[in-house]
Amino acid sequence: MDVTSPAFKENAARALDDAQLQRALGNIRHGFVEKRRVAADALPEFEQLRDEAKAIKDHTLAHLDLYLEAFCETVEARGGTVTFAETAYDARRAVLDICREHEAKTVTKAKSMVSEEIELNRYLKKKGIAPVETDLGEYILQIRDEAPSHIIAPAIHLNRDQIEADFRRVHTHLPNERDLAEPATLLGEARTILRQKFLTADVGVTGANFLVAETGSAVIVTNEGNADLTQSLPKVHIVVASIEKVVPTLEDAATLLRVLARSATGQDMSVYTTMATGPRREGDPDGPEAFHVVLVDNGRSGMIGTDFQEMLRCIRCGACMNHCPVYHAVGGHTYGWVYPGPMGSVLTPSLVGVDQAGQLPNASTFCGRCESVCPVRIPLPKLMRHWREDEFARHLQPRAARTGLGAWAFLARRPRAYRMLTGLAARALSLAGGTKGRLSSLPLAGGWTKHRDLPAPAPRTFMADWKARRGA
Amino acid sequence: MKAREHILGKIQRALEVDPSHDAARRRAVAERLQRHGRHTVPARGQLPDEERIALFRRMLEAVAGTTGRVTSRAEVPTALAAHLEARGLPLRLRRGSDPRLEEMPWERAGALEVATGPAEDGDTAGLVYAFAGIAETGTSVAVSGADNPTTLSFLPEEAIILVDADTIAGDMETVLSALRTRYGTALPRTVNFITGPSRSADIEQTLLLGAHGPRALHVLIVG
Repeated sequence: MDVTSPAFKENAARALDDAQLQRALGNIRHGFVEKRRVAADALPEFEQLRDEAKAIKDHTLAHLDLYLEAFCETVEARGGTVTFAETAYDARRAVLDICREHEAKTVTKAKSMVSEEIELNRYLKKKGIAPVETDLGEYILQIRDEAPSHIIAPAIHLNRDQIEADFRRVHTHLPNERDLAEPATLLGEARTILRQKFLTADVGVTGANFLVAETGSAVIVTNEGNADLTQSLPKVHIVVASIEKVVPTLEDAATLLRVLARSATGQDMSVYTTMATGPRREGDPDGPEAFHVVLVDNGRSGMIGTDFQEMLRCIRCGACMNHCPVYHAVGGHTYGWVYPGPMGSVLTPSLVGVDQAGQLPNASTFCGRCESVCPVRIPLPKLMRHWREDEFARHLQPRAARTGLGAWAFLARRPRAYRMLTGLAARALSLAGGTKGRLSSLPLAGGWTKHRDLPAPAPRTFMADWKARRGA
Repeated sequence: MKAREHILGKIQRALEVDPSHDAARRRAVAERLQRHGRHTVPARGQLPDEERIALFRRMLEAVAGTTGRVTSRAEVPTALAAHLEARGLPLRLRRGSDPRLEEMPWERAGALEVATGPAEDGDTAGLVYAFAGIAETGTSVAVSGADNPTTLSFLPEEAIILVDADTIAGDMETVLSALRTRYGTALPRTVNFITGPSRSADIEQTLLLGAHGPRALHVLIVG
């Protein structure tokens, strides 16, 4: 996927003016946030489970080499194979080699963010193999030739009427006058079309939510059941997963599952949680005849031992973006790569470089909601701040930003001048706000006031007010 | 092989590990894998038998599954025929060769046609006998094999799962231990944890049932 993160500002401006997108984004604010809250409140042990989930991931990362070795051993003991891939290219190449070995023509795919990261679909297509996305949202995006805008609700940026138009455009074998007014009829149409794809695919590719070292299992979670049809009908099952997905035991996976579904969709448990271990056994009448795991590094090992190791705890629930005011305003495509929202603002600079993605950690209000809902307690604001420091130290910001920061630093070291100037500014803005108490335009802050009013500050700064009260 | 060494080597250097003096870390890992200790297990499912079964049914019904109960295996065929009829489905289903299913008096179910083997396109109802149930979340646990082919839970329009009442545990951990007792570390190819019928909310966050898997899930508790 092409990186458009350097154009974050332009992307954001376009997103704010996109009425369709703004309508669609309303669905996040009303859905996910409330559902997560209800699910978390219904489980008294939830906060404790979050602590334990964090500890499981920290322990695993501190012993990652050994758990990866253990995982390889158990996969091979069950008759599967493991291929390590250092780069995105190595990973998609490994998948292609397996497909060719089995003379595959078509591949069904369950939703997998790492497969987006390694641009698997584009590559397979170029090599003459037809990949078919089977998650409903991903299928919609595939026929639109679009990237996901959310890690668990990939088509959240679309409205029903857009999807109807796409189905009419692509499913030309169906009668034109058919009724597609309801989401249920759209789903029914996709179900019928994909059913045939499931039944005829040569290879099924899934991601993994967890890899269990103890048993060599890939744990795969869906609500649609598409990952199960993807992995049980074709003769080959390929799991593409990044190296930090490994956990030690089934019990570790159980604790992580308890926080995953609740944080993601507010479910106590996703509909289908599947542990896949090796190929079908002797006497099994269904299931794949071959089981391959492609373990993708693609920059992650470079995060270990750094401030950003904590980011490798991420279990991809999407809670951080569901609760992010910036994501709510601009949607996922604005972030310009595979991973949007706060987790993307930390991960993208790690994987594609802060020179390309430096604007992402700056696109934060630091309100802290992301950290407060993260099931594995990743200090996302702190990590974004690390990137800002790194960016500043490497002189990557535009001159205006550096000059502005320099001026602020100059004043911040001179408290008397700082107080005087902020006092003047507060009074001026308060006056300008008038009786409405809001400013609809402001010099040098047009980007802010174009889409909303700036609340006018109190006429006196906190420091001045404090001093006056203490004096009284 | 080279990629594996590179990646593991990079991780070891980043963790400042000397692979030749690494006995303590290796012991910690071996011990954790051996011990497979439990973390916090929610109190929700820790209930006396009947209350636990009631919780299982309540949790499953809350996610659009339906439940029923019979007192013995001999009653299953007629109960299933009645269920299919009530749902307006054809009186046929497909099942695996699980001995518990083989021994059932299918002839009592009148017109019910029972086919065996893995699911085929066009199957309307698939029947599997679960390994266990989990009350905490209303989850049924099925394992692959000729006894209960995996595809029966995913390809047909309606999935029906039988769960023995005495296998309904309070929590997931109890079932994981039971799997380990039964299979050691060599799990069956597929272990399915199923909590309701297939669904998607990918179109405007509207919840729709029957995305790719079954449109409905019925769990019949036996005993």
